[in-house]
Amino acid sequence: MNLRKIIKYFFGDIIRSKWIVVYTAALLVFSSGIIYFSKDEQKSLLSLMNIVMYLIPLLCMIFGSVYYYNSREFIEMLLTQPVKRSSVFYGQYFSLAFTQMLGFITGIILPLLIFNFGFNSFFLMIAGTFLIFIFTGFALLISILVNDKVKGIGILIAVWLLFAVFYDGIVLFMFYYFADYPLEKATIIASTLNPVDVTRTMMMLRLDISALFGYTGATFKKYFGSSAGYYVSLFVLHMWMIIPALIARKKFNRKNF
Amino acid sequence: MKSAGTILLVLFLLSSLSRAKTILVGENELYKNPSEALSHSVSGDVIKISKGVYNVSELVIDKSITLEGEEGAVFDGNFFKEIITVTSDSVTVKNLTLRNTGTSFVTDVAAIRLENVSGCRLENNTVQNSFFALYLSSSKNCVVLSNRIEGNAVSESFSGNGIHLWKCNNITISNNEVSGQRDGIYLEFSTNSEITGNTSRGNLRYGLHFMFSEGNRYINNVFRNNGAGVAVMYTKRITMTGNRFEDNWGANSYGLLLKDIDNSLIYGNTFSRNTAAIYMEGTNRVNILNNIFENNGWALKILGNCYEDSVLYNNFLNNTFDVATNSPRNPNVFINNYWDKYKGYDLDNDRKGDVPYRPVSLFSLVVEKVPEAVVLTGSFLVDLLDAAEKVIPVFTPETLADNYPLMNRSGN
Repeated sequence: MNLRKIIKYFFGDIIRSKWIVVYTAALLVFSSGIIYFSKDEQKSLLSLMNIVMYLIPLLCMIFGSVYYYNSREFIEMLLTQPVKRSSVFYGQYFSLAFTQMLGFITGIILPLLIFNFGFNSFFLMIAGTFLIFIFTGFALLISILVNDKVKGIGILIAVWLLFAVFYDGIVLFMFYYFADYPLEKATIIASTLNPVDVTRTMMMLRLDISALFGYTGATFKKYFGSSAGYYVSLFVLHMWMIIPALIARKKFNRKNF
Repeated sequence: MKSAGTILLVLFLLSSLSRAKTILVGENELYKNPSEALSHSVSGDVIKISKGVYNVSELVIDKSITLEGEEGAVFDGNFFKEIITVTSDSVTVKNLTLRNTGTSFVTDVAAIRLENVSGCRLENNTVQNSFFALYLSSSKNCVVLSNRIEGNAVSESFSGNGIHLWKCNNITISNNEVSGQRDGIYLEFSTNSEITGNTSRGNLRYGLHFMFSEGNRYINNVFRNNGAGVAVMYTKRITMTGNRFEDNWGANSYGLLLKDIDNSLIYGNTFSRNTAAIYMEGTNRVNILNNIFENNGWALKILGNCYEDSVLYNNFLNNTFDVATNSPRNPNVFINNYWDKYKGYDLDNDRKGDVPYRPVSLFSLVVEKVPEAVVLTGSFLVDLLDAAEKVIPVFTPETLADNYPLMNRSGN
């Protein structure tokens, strides 16, 4: 049994659960509603960006880990077959990410394209794709490490809170505490380290809210607008995507079921 | 025979004194260039310039004449010096195209300069590629009407202003279009002037800039896409009504900068897409009434040294921050404005909200203190903090509130 076949099994299994259909439909209604009722393009893009940055990681993680916990028996059964453990892991990882992508693209990107948002919709798609892969990796990592379902989901929510809320809180606190020092470099580093912040900052710069940033904005635009800053951000996003997934695979390979 | 000739000449001169004559200047006319015509004219004459390009520099008009161009009459300064200098009262210059003045860092070289005169009119002229375009110095009761000024300024230090007033009184500046200069319209020590219906856009520094100029009125002008909007400094008794401040967008930019302004009125203006719509510093007893603030970064930035200003009946629509301040106190009045972010209710149906609106958000306070924190705009955490602060204000100025916010947009 090769990877493709495993992906096919997992994918079919996830699609059958109907959960993804409801999820896609909800996103579709939500984003079309926002675009339709808000007259301001920038405002609706901001609202959709918030969904992409905060809702999608959360749902990605909860869905991923719930699916993992529920299909433990199926995985154990698969492992009795002559298949590589890595294939089973990747099969699950990619099927989860692909189904999320399916929901995300039909639910959010499609309405954006229909209402003609141009390059911004493409940008949002890239950002969303990164976040989906990153947080699916986290979901699997934590579910593999923690056997107890309730505990696992608890930790996941904590991880989400860390990325979405606490990290910004810590950054804000640091800014406040070190207000007397030049903070341009610190802000750049701080907003590059968190994948959610990277996507938000880049989106904000695209939306030209950067003018508000004043001097900091100038350094920001210089950094993120330059190819170096762009590649560094891409590199950081890739690291966030690869490292948790690799650790998860390693743990999965050695896991005693 | 000789005496008859003298008599004829005297008669001719007398007749020319008694009524204004029209002197034609052109390739096929008696006078080939304007300075020749000018030296043969007397006060009250009209000098008509036919179509064509004339090399003119330092033409000094010292008689009360009218200098009028046909369509296509161009005075070219050849980047040498000033083109026209007016030193006599009641001179009219109209329908001319003036281009290519010199550039000087010692004197302010202009396309047309009015020097210590009264009752002059500059009308319908087109000025292209000049250092200063129209320069009024120590003059009074003059009119600057419907001129087009198109500069191509590249840097602030290598460029002059479009319409420049220095120590003037009672000047009317209306329906002009100024672009590509350093400051579009500049006033210093100039009083009781009226500036109406002008468009000032794409200037390097300010669309309108004035200092120490009391008692002026600015009505129905458009200031668009200038380096830093409009700056009003060290002045009293100004009226600004019906102006549009648009697209003054960029780091350190604003729609209207008020610095040390007293007893003024800002009424019925529209501010849209400015980084900071109004930035106020040392501004006292200024009434801000019935304006529209839409899609700005900050609608009002009020520093702690502003006292007794009133903000009434304005519409605040879709601004990132409505009001920002650096002071914990509020010596100004906010009442009966419409705020699109207001979430209150109106149980007694008087069309005014029953709970106060606090336009200063916690985040704007944080940004005021630590400008770098603005990178967190749009963060979930920021929304949470603002929501919490709205319920129980702890950090934001307790008294900076609109106690009777309007439920619907105020009519303008």
